[in-house]
Amino acid sequence: MYEVRFHGRGGQGAVTAAAMLAAALLEEGKYAVSIPSFGFERRGAPVVSFLRRSDKPIRQMTNIYAPDCLICVDPTLTRSVDIFAGLKPGGTLVQASNKPLAEVTLAPNVATVGLCDAIGIALEIFKKPITNTLMLGAFARTTGVVSLEALKRSLEDSDFRDAGLKQNLLALERGYKETTVHTIERRAVA
Amino acid sequence: MSTTTLEAPVEAKPKQKVILCEGNEAAALGVALARPDMVAVYPITPQSSLVEHVAKLIADGRMDADIVDAEGEHSVLSVLQGGALAGARTYTATCGPGLAFMFEPYFRTSGMRLPIVMSIVTRDGITPQSVWGGHQDAMTVREVGWVQVYCETVQEVLDTTIMAFKIAEHHDVMLPVNVCLDGNYLSYGTSRVELPDQAEVDAFMGVKDVNWHVALDPLRPMAVDPLTGGSSGRGPSTFVRYRKGQCRGMQNSLRVIEEVHEEWAKRFGRSYAPLVEDYRMEDADYAIMTLGSMSGAGKDAIDEARDAGKKVGLIKIKTFSPFPVDVLMKSLKNVRALGVVDRSVGFRWNCGPMYQETLGALYRLGRHVPAQSFIGGLAGADITVGHFHRVIEATEALLSGPASTEPVWLNEND
Repeated sequence: MYEVRFHGRGGQGAVTAAAMLAAALLEEGKYAVSIPSFGFERRGAPVVSFLRRSDKPIRQMTNIYAPDCLICVDPTLTRSVDIFAGLKPGGTLVQASNKPLAEVTLAPNVATVGLCDAIGIALEIFKKPITNTLMLGAFARTTGVVSLEALKRSLEDSDFRDAGLKQNLLALERGYKETTVHTIERRAVA
Repeated sequence: MSTTTLEAPVEAKPKQKVILCEGNEAAALGVALARPDMVAVYPITPQSSLVEHVAKLIADGRMDADIVDAEGEHSVLSVLQGGALAGARTYTATCGPGLAFMFEPYFRTSGMRLPIVMSIVTRDGITPQSVWGGHQDAMTVREVGWVQVYCETVQEVLDTTIMAFKIAEHHDVMLPVNVCLDGNYLSYGTSRVELPDQAEVDAFMGVKDVNWHVALDPLRPMAVDPLTGGSSGRGPSTFVRYRKGQCRGMQNSLRVIEEVHEEWAKRFGRSYAPLVEDYRMEDADYAIMTLGSMSGAGKDAIDEARDAGKKVGLIKIKTFSPFPVDVLMKSLKNVRALGVVDRSVGFRWNCGPMYQETLGALYRLGRHVPAQSFIGGLAGADITVGHFHRVIEATEALLSGPASTEPVWLNEND
């Protein structure tokens, strides 16, 4: 079982991203379940969604409390939300940010970081800060848990059409290409 | 007939397309495959995306049904009553406050023996104000003569929605059916689903024969639902005949639900326990009971407890109304302690409603079984594998200690 928790703000597509990732994993012959956080989501409010991947059917229809990976599609969220709660030791963070690694908020459990200036690229492609498909590309690059090809096919099968589909395919591709992956070296505590 | 599911899923038939969808969309696809003539809808969280999917299927020409956007749930069900009386196959979905607003025609539907299918995308009761899942709405109307079945997975939502029409319309049943799917965890939970082939579903459903016993026909005018009862003339006996007929239909549905599930398994290769599922109950000293989508996490917890050497199993109720007492008694035959997990509150007995119903079955068993009520997952709260380990431990303790008359509130300290 591999578990991912998405963090974003209402309107950035974190819930849709979890479902798109589930569809891509299905393409690859895996079992996947995604569950959104619940409530009256509104634009700008912090939202969470969850994704499980397994080689076997998944029975738990529950939230995720100890994820292997965090995907944070918003660069400012760490100021108001403890996105690292429950992250497994040696876990992965895929973060939308235009800052260098040294200025990105981290936690002791993070061992791998993927950074992508998703807002900057989204403003170029969509003229809007919608970062979800970019960050799926960044996730594929950082973890290798899903292939870029499967993500593309899942987008092509989605409700995206015409110009919207083209933009999102480009976002996926640029998210993949323009992500830098860092391994955090930690010295053993004396 | 077997009342337990197969341990391993039967391999899917090749014709079935694999898709990814949420529970609400799965319900809508099931409705489309069952080919109703008429649907009436009013949106309400967390049911809204279900009726939006139904409306889209009709707008896209993938579903040939009349759709009525009524001004409220009372009208939704009243409109469908007219449709059903005229011989139409009918469908709607609601939950929570919508179901409350629908209550007057809801009661009338089972009395008129109209085989309407309605999804309840279960939602907790208000007040306090809440828009999240819980079984309080469906539990509140468990005594109104509708058949009520609860689903565990997104796939089961799709399959059961189709089966519900066949159960409702069976001549020995002729009762409305609620397909209950947990708000939030199943309504929005997205997973892999095998989509049955339309021709196969058509063959499964057979020739449409809805409401043969009373159909509005201008050439054959008749009164429907006349004033019946009172203390004089044929009133009392006529009223009793109505009620006895409803009770008989409910009891008949237990057999029909089993038959329809068996036929479904043969045609589509997916087998579900129609009434009560026994999971790892062989040689179990004690058991926990579950309902709905919580059961998946419950089964994972049971596997872990079994790996740790505990002799515990899980009993899942699928058909809650009518309560499958005889089959449940077989499941409980060798159990020495029982923990019942409810996703709603029974205010009168200070316990969960399923716990309260199960006490009745335990009485018939004629043997004292210590039992504990657990209440969790209210208003969107989660019931995790961790919660189930607490349930298993507390139930195990009943083997050697006293049971409490107080429920355990699983999310009290979350």
